[in-house]
Amino acid sequence: MIPQEVVQKVLAAAVSRGGEFAEIFVEDKKSSSAAFDDGKVEELSSGVSRGAGIRVVVGDTTGFAHTADLSEAGLMRAAEAARSVALSTNAGTRTVVVDSPKQHVLSERILIPSEVGKREKIELLQRMNQTARSTSGSIKQVSAGYGDSYRRILVANTDGVFATDEQVRTRIAVSVVAFGDTGMQTGYETSAFTMGFEMFENVDVEELATVAAKRALRKLSARPAPSGTLPVVLQGGSGGILFHEACGHGLEADHIIKDSSVYKGRVGELVASPLVTLVDDGTVGSQWGTASIDDEGKPSQRNVLIKDGVLTDYMWDGLRARKSNRSSSGNGRRQSYQHLPMVRMTNTYLLEGNESQERIIQGTKNGIYVARLGGGQVNTATGDFVFGMTEAYLIENGEITEPLRDANLIGNGPEVLKKIDAVADDFSITPGTCGKDGQSVPVGCGQPTVRITEVTIGGTANG
Amino acid sequence: MDDLEIIGEKIVNQARPGEEIEAFVAWEEETSIRVYNGEIENLSQAQSSGVGIRIVNNHRQGFAWAGTLDISAIEFALSEARDNASFATEDEYLGLGLPDNVAPKDLDLWRNELSSHSTEEKVSLALELESAVRNSDKRIKSVESSNYGDVSSIATVLTTTGMKASYRQTFSFITAHAIAAEGDETQTGGGYSVGRTLTELDMSKAASDATRRATRLLGAHKPASSRMTVLFDPQVTTTLLAIISGTLSGEAVIKGRSLFAGRLNEEVASSIVSLVDDPTNPSAFGASAYDAEGYASRSNSLIHEGVLQGFLYDTYSARRAGVSTTASAVRGGFSSTPGVGARALLLNPGTKSQQELIESIENGVLVQNISGVHSGVNPISGDFSVGAEGLLIKAGRLGAPIKEFTIASSLQRMLQEVVAIGNDIEWIPSVAAGVSIVVDGISVSGV
Repeated sequence: MIPQEVVQKVLAAAVSRGGEFAEIFVEDKKSSSAAFDDGKVEELSSGVSRGAGIRVVVGDTTGFAHTADLSEAGLMRAAEAARSVALSTNAGTRTVVVDSPKQHVLSERILIPSEVGKREKIELLQRMNQTARSTSGSIKQVSAGYGDSYRRILVANTDGVFATDEQVRTRIAVSVVAFGDTGMQTGYETSAFTMGFEMFENVDVEELATVAAKRALRKLSARPAPSGTLPVVLQGGSGGILFHEACGHGLEADHIIKDSSVYKGRVGELVASPLVTLVDDGTVGSQWGTASIDDEGKPSQRNVLIKDGVLTDYMWDGLRARKSNRSSSGNGRRQSYQHLPMVRMTNTYLLEGNESQERIIQGTKNGIYVARLGGGQVNTATGDFVFGMTEAYLIENGEITEPLRDANLIGNGPEVLKKIDAVADDFSITPGTCGKDGQSVPVGCGQPTVRITEVTIGGTANG
Repeated sequence: MDDLEIIGEKIVNQARPGEEIEAFVAWEEETSIRVYNGEIENLSQAQSSGVGIRIVNNHRQGFAWAGTLDISAIEFALSEARDNASFATEDEYLGLGLPDNVAPKDLDLWRNELSSHSTEEKVSLALELESAVRNSDKRIKSVESSNYGDVSSIATVLTTTGMKASYRQTFSFITAHAIAAEGDETQTGGGYSVGRTLTELDMSKAASDATRRATRLLGAHKPASSRMTVLFDPQVTTTLLAIISGTLSGEAVIKGRSLFAGRLNEEVASSIVSLVDDPTNPSAFGASAYDAEGYASRSNSLIHEGVLQGFLYDTYSARRAGVSTTASAVRGGFSSTPGVGARALLLNPGTKSQQELIESIENGVLVQNISGVHSGVNPISGDFSVGAEGLLIKAGRLGAPIKEFTIASSLQRMLQEVVAIGNDIEWIPSVAAGVSIVVDGISVSGV
């Protein structure tokens, strides 16, 4: 994307007024999307963006600038702007040498989405629309969306790193509205992978549409969720976001260094039920949070965060690792070249246990069975979190009974982790988008079926 | 602005016979500074620009965008938009806007003065805020981040159908996030101030809000579950109004996704509720002389004394509904097509201060913060359940802090049960102004 000599020159300019570290991140991204709504192909959209972000680290300060001008002159101007945080007027000339590039290229199996006909993408959406509408006459509205992106990145820094990568991501989603005597209800389902169009060899779009439609239909006869504290069984793959929110964010090293995490200084301590082993892993197959390298050029790796209930490590990006004199764990990510990297999760999941899902349900006298969680949110400093149930049922006398209307669950991360008393053997991962400090990145969240002995359910029904 | 118009003109001039083209050209310059422990943590200054191109041909619409004003990228976007249009379904109501006779208001939303301030001055504001928060109360353990930011943005919309509008604005803001601690307990709270330029910022308000919001939660417990009267802080009301505005979108109505569809002229809220969306009000941070399709902004009454007056429309949804546009087209930037949205909602204020509202409540909760809004509020079914923190209200006085509870009701019911609105209108950088409101019959779930 940018020749090695230019990269070296720009980095040398970036540290010419002082500074321990400089980095150039170049991104060239093409994306396309298609929206089907209200019975029509409503919109196809294509986009292109490319540019470079340059940062210079001087002590505890980072200077950052970005530009869409990738000429040598444009990059030099950005380097100048980024180094404005360095105070010395002349730190002497420093020669920067980077390795020859470590290139990560796409496997030949990848079907680059831009090489697939638009007609084929639309056809997937039409099939989902038809399937959802044919499920029941009560389905009154369907919208389906498809999106793909092809992103080439280059990262080089004054530590000698020089790496490139190609990343392809494809997603599809369907959202339906069902109408009945009790008003309107909604159902949603999505599938997304770090893959090209070949993902549809394995993803059954009709199945996604059916799941979304049934989710909405069931809620037409749902009763209000209870208000109060009850045991909760989370279906495998339904609620990995709980662990992402409840403890994942608190294990990000930027929060630890700023003392804004409940997990600070607790490595080696029992912070969860011994049934809990939590991993963040950017290498899992072609999951939504997977990549060959992170956005700082560090190869992705598998990091065990909590082992048998004991906190083993945090997640690190280059900047925080440097401060703590250790190596990055491959968790430096950014939304685009216009953003600074920070500590982010990749695919975060709870490892499976030995129990069967059936027995967990049978062993729960009264409680809530959650088949699908929506989004969530956490305050890392207190550990308090909320997350929404978008498909849930009552458990009565060890059996799943009536469906419930949407409601939020609320709890405290460290407390909930200790209240896990059963973990099943039915692991699966779902895709999501994680927002932090105004930046969104794709992540995977996974878990087997687990039971939490008590969680506060934010419904409106008493008892 | 002239430069953007020239680029826009070059794009629309390439229309082929039968084609309608819209060019949306945007430019932005921003400064972002974060300080921590008396040092700059990061400082970023950058300009960015881009173009979004919408083409309608035979009532089929296509869109493409480029995150640069580079000629080759614009050419790519133009040909992609054209190609994309050929795959869309024909829809007789699709077409770009046509000029109407509403004159734009002259709004003063841009301050030349902003660019006269040095980076050092901006850094010192963030540092000053950090030390103001840290020194305000000995229970403030740290300031997780203290920020200064500003944005200057210019946009032009030009179409082959005769729409032509350029608008620009500046914003400047400071924010701080405080961590308070007592014993082994920690609580957090944020404060901010926003203006059109940095001389309009209120440092002491930003600092004292962050401190008060963090420290007053210390010692918080989970409350008992029951049904209660809830007083929402102005910032929380802003969030609620933003959600409700989605149900008042004409687009949601025609697509069967609005819980207010078919309820025009009916009583949908308590009689003290009057709601307007007026982007011509320069106090609103969502103010703009034009909407995102180039129509002059206008004031729209949505609910008057509890009765539903109308919905918000852009060109497409208005044509389909057989009404005139309300000039309510909004867009997230050059990379998206316009959609319908509110920009400057204002709930007609009452006469009481928040303190007087507290005094009128026998048994209730003051909610200062809600969380999980995206997962817990379903704007289609109206189901409402969010996480909350705040203070108990007993016999007209603020009591113990409470946290880790949820509040639940439905949007429909909450609108009907608004029993009081404060006089404390607060313009917040959002689509709605904040104001204290009191709502009855909310389920509080805790222990």
